Amino acid sequence: MNIVRWNRPMLSSLPTFGGLSTLRSEIDRLFDAPLTELARASQFLSGAAPAVDVYENKENFVVKAELPGMKKEEIDVSLHDGSLSISGERNEEKVENGEMYRSERFFGRFQRTVALPASVDAAKITAQYKDGVLTVTLPKAEEAKPKQIDVQVN
Amino acid sequence: MQTTLDKQTNGTAARPQEYIAPNVNIFETQEGYVLQAEMPGVGKDGLEITLEGTEITITGRRAPESVVGEPLFRERHTADYRRVFELDPAIDTSKVSAKINQGVLTVTLPKSERVKPRKITVD
Repeated sequence: MNIVRWNRPMLSSLPTFGGLSTLRSEIDRLFDAPLTELARASQFLSGAAPAVDVYENKENFVVKAELPGMKKEEIDVSLHDGSLSISGERNEEKVENGEMYRSERFFGRFQRTVALPASVDAAKITAQYKDGVLTVTLPKAEEAKPKQIDVQVN
Repeated sequence: MQTTLDKQTNGTAARPQEYIAPNVNIFETQEGYVLQAEMPGVGKDGLEITLEGTEITITGRRAPESVVGEPLFRERHTADYRRVFELDPAIDTSKVSAKINQGVLTVTLPKSERVKPRKITVD
């Protein structure tokens, strides 16, 4: 770092290195950028994978995913090799002749896959979409259900 | 044109953990502003929009969800939503309207008649 600092006035005094020096200070600035900016970038990227909750009860697994502002037809739910996939594409809700003032919402394709800890009965899966939350109920396959075994006394 | 609708706070300092700030998109048109806020889990009954002085506060309370079992994995927030915005003085606060559809709140904030661009016909 010290060596770089020492070089700096010499570099910028030469006209050909002027651009390079600007580039370097730009890179320095990038590394000095507050962490909040990086946090915002990661938040932006996470938009492609909706937040999910997975619950288990005796009969079912229940998966809840936050998918605000979608149409029922735009959501695709599928089961493959014991993993539940929720995917779709959120289309931008544009305002006519509107100038964007603030843009924090995510639009575009998303996908989320959840590996289920036990086998489920694929034919009986149901999905419900309400208030921007998708709830998928996956009934456990018979062999995955807990069984009570009577103890015999001879 | 001055900066008009702007984020002010992400909840109050006194109760920092109680709310999360919804993600918003804001558009400006000739007629006014349109604010869209993502609040999954909030229905019409959980919405509260208050206009006070030069501020608009949107609060969204999640509809109670029935207990469905033991959680294996949790990513979703349980906190309610709240965010405060400063209003452009040009907004006619008596004409603000709101609707919610599948967890997305849309607030329409029309500008008052006197600030709208107007054409004057020359006789």
